[in-house]
Amino acid sequence: MGAPAFEELAVGAELDPQEYGPLTRTDFVRYQGASGDFNPIHHDEEFARAAGFPSVFSVGMLQAGILATYATDRFGPEHVRAFGVRFREQVWPGDRLVCSGRVAGLDDAARTVELELEARRVGGGVAVTATATFVVP
Amino acid sequence: MVDASVVGLTDEPFEMVLERGKIREFARATMSSHPAYLSDPAPVVPPTFLTTTSFWMPPGQSVFAKIRLDLRRVLHGGQEYVFHGPPPRAGTVLRVQTRVADVFQKEGRRGGTMTFVVTVTEFRDPHGRLVAEARSTVIETGRPPDAAPGAPTGEEG
Repeated sequence: MGAPAFEELAVGAELDPQEYGPLTRTDFVRYQGASGDFNPIHHDEEFARAAGFPSVFSVGMLQAGILATYATDRFGPEHVRAFGVRFREQVWPGDRLVCSGRVAGLDDAARTVELELEARRVGGGVAVTATATFVVP
Repeated sequence: MVDASVVGLTDEPFEMVLERGKIREFARATMSSHPAYLSDPAPVVPPTFLTTTSFWMPPGQSVFAKIRLDLRRVLHGGQEYVFHGPPPRAGTVLRVQTRVADVFQKEGRRGGTMTFVVTVTEFRDPHGRLVAEARSTVIETGRPPDAAPGAPTGEEG
């Protein structure tokens, strides 16, 4: 997983997409245990139905974390300087997520790259968008 | 109804210890197998790892305990992390404090008036150096969110 050199990057360049999932209830529970967010709406089917949802659904911060993984796998965990997400659509059991991104900006002096990222549900819409900043040494 | 009078409220600062096993668990839960997380004896934290402050926060200390939100109508609109250098590594002890940074209202397309509450959490090392900040936006909608599959969870007008 070698990170690209700064000189190889160009504004507008697309990153190779990657698919994750299908996401399972086990993935939701594993994330809830790792994160400490135990909102029952993500693992308790009866609770989710009583709240008016057809089933449990994923934790927003799980798909945010997967999108962060997509970025750090390419640019290196030590190199991230900012990562911000906006939540769009809920993610449901069985959903597959395609993560993609593009180079939105380059700072020659700081040797940083700005990325625009998204995780899209296969057969659905965009679940989460993100912007990220990485240094490219 | 939350209003701007809560801007500036803070919680009590608390200590958070970054641990290798929790970083490994979080990396796997977010589907990373990067050796920088799994093999380094002192891995950096993943970009969204600092969401795990809940394991360290004393019960009832959250600023959200001090402001009145209707939890049936609350959505997580966005979350941002800024690192002032490489992300902190396992073994680091952080001092964590959250403040209410902003409260504002918008008319939603479908949910009536939406109230946005922005909190900023600062993470400082034992020297007092600011190593990371987390900015969180929660939205109290005018009525409960749609239950349809694929319904937006973070519509921002």
